[in-house]
Amino acid sequence: MEEQNKQARFEETIMPHLDAAYNLARWLTRNEHDAEDVAQDAVLRAFKFFDGFRGGNSRAWLLSIVRNTTYTWLQKNRKHEITTVFSEEKHDVEDLASNPEVLLLKTADHQEIMRAVEQLPVEFREVIILRELEGMSYKEIAEMSDVPLGTVMSRLARARKQLQRSLGQRLQPGVSE
Amino acid sequence: MNCQEIEALKHAYADRELDLVRTTEIERHLSDCRACSQAYENIRALSSALKSSDLYFKAPAHLKTRIRASLPDEARSSPTQPFGWRQWLNWGIPIAGTALIAFLIATSVIGPSAEERLTQEVTANHVRSLMATHLTDVTSSDQHTVKPWFDGKIDFAPPVKDLATQGFPLVGGRLDYLQGRPVSALVYQRHKHFVNLFIWPATRSSSTTERAAVCQGYNLIHWNESGMNFWAVSDLNPAELREFAEQIK
Repeated sequence: MEEQNKQARFEETIMPHLDAAYNLARWLTRNEHDAEDVAQDAVLRAFKFFDGFRGGNSRAWLLSIVRNTTYTWLQKNRKHEITTVFSEEKHDVEDLASNPEVLLLKTADHQEIMRAVEQLPVEFREVIILRELEGMSYKEIAEMSDVPLGTVMSRLARARKQLQRSLGQRLQPGVSE
Repeated sequence: MNCQEIEALKHAYADRELDLVRTTEIERHLSDCRACSQAYENIRALSSALKSSDLYFKAPAHLKTRIRASLPDEARSSPTQPFGWRQWLNWGIPIAGTALIAFLIATSVIGPSAEERLTQEVTANHVRSLMATHLTDVTSSDQHTVKPWFDGKIDFAPPVKDLATQGFPLVGGRLDYLQGRPVSALVYQRHKHFVNLFIWPATRSSSTTERAAVCQGYNLIHWNESGMNFWAVSDLNPAELREFAEQIK
């Protein structure tokens, strides 16, 4: 009876976030089959740990499990992808304040934006998905990724710079494409 | 604020993560500085391109079916966990249940009334909204921006009035949490004082007359009108807060 009750509560609080779970797994693995496996694994884990869920933001709770599951999976299957250590000095791109990307971005199409996001290092991709697609606050992202707020801010800033640069370059007239 | 400071804060500003003071300072700088306002526009353009590019992958139907089908099996096939959550469950539930009953009895006999508890909760939310960098989720003095912002975030439409001409300009809105449910919080300003107005649907339709309270030095006025609870809280003096409440009604 207890088990049935748990299942009903799980269905009500966690299952509505299945799209979010799959979306995050899909973006982090960049592959639909892997994403399905990871998402399923994560939801089953969430069910196991559901008694430990103390209410609050159920989407962030599920997504933090999806995130951990995906990183464990990446560690096992694609280790090279999570060992990208970005040095602020070496890889930071120049400020683009003076470049007119506004116009360029308007002409960027779905495929190009998709590719640009996929090319981001996984930590940057993650923060872009959580902020721009899930609309999560810095605090929520910091909590679920277990990193300081400042790290969320700097990752987001660098991720956006990199996107602006790759989309800007790709779309600049005269540059080969 | 100079360009360097803006550079460090422009993302948090674009994401509406800053408090009102810094938001205002940045707005002032952006209106004077072309380079910074261009950089800000670039962030906005990127965000909207990402949002409008249909990048969200929805879980395929077969995955949903697969996951649902595997849930009960999972529940049955994992009788023991390494850290013994099931044992905890066996003992934890009765213990927690007993504790809960004891707590309920204790609070119903000696604890504060529901209204006192809510007064404390409202005051705590007010204080927190001013302490954290999170006074507003949507910063706008335009009621036609603030009201639609709540669409889809809560299951009711709070009445949003701009009282700029009455001396209480609307600052913005925020989602908040009271009595275990999401509520809308509207933020108004009088001089340097902020007023948080919490609105949520009333569970009972009985309309109560206006009541005032004081909690930790803050003044509160609450009433119930057309099926909604209204709680205004501020460090304004009681007379001005009453004036505010009259304008809202």
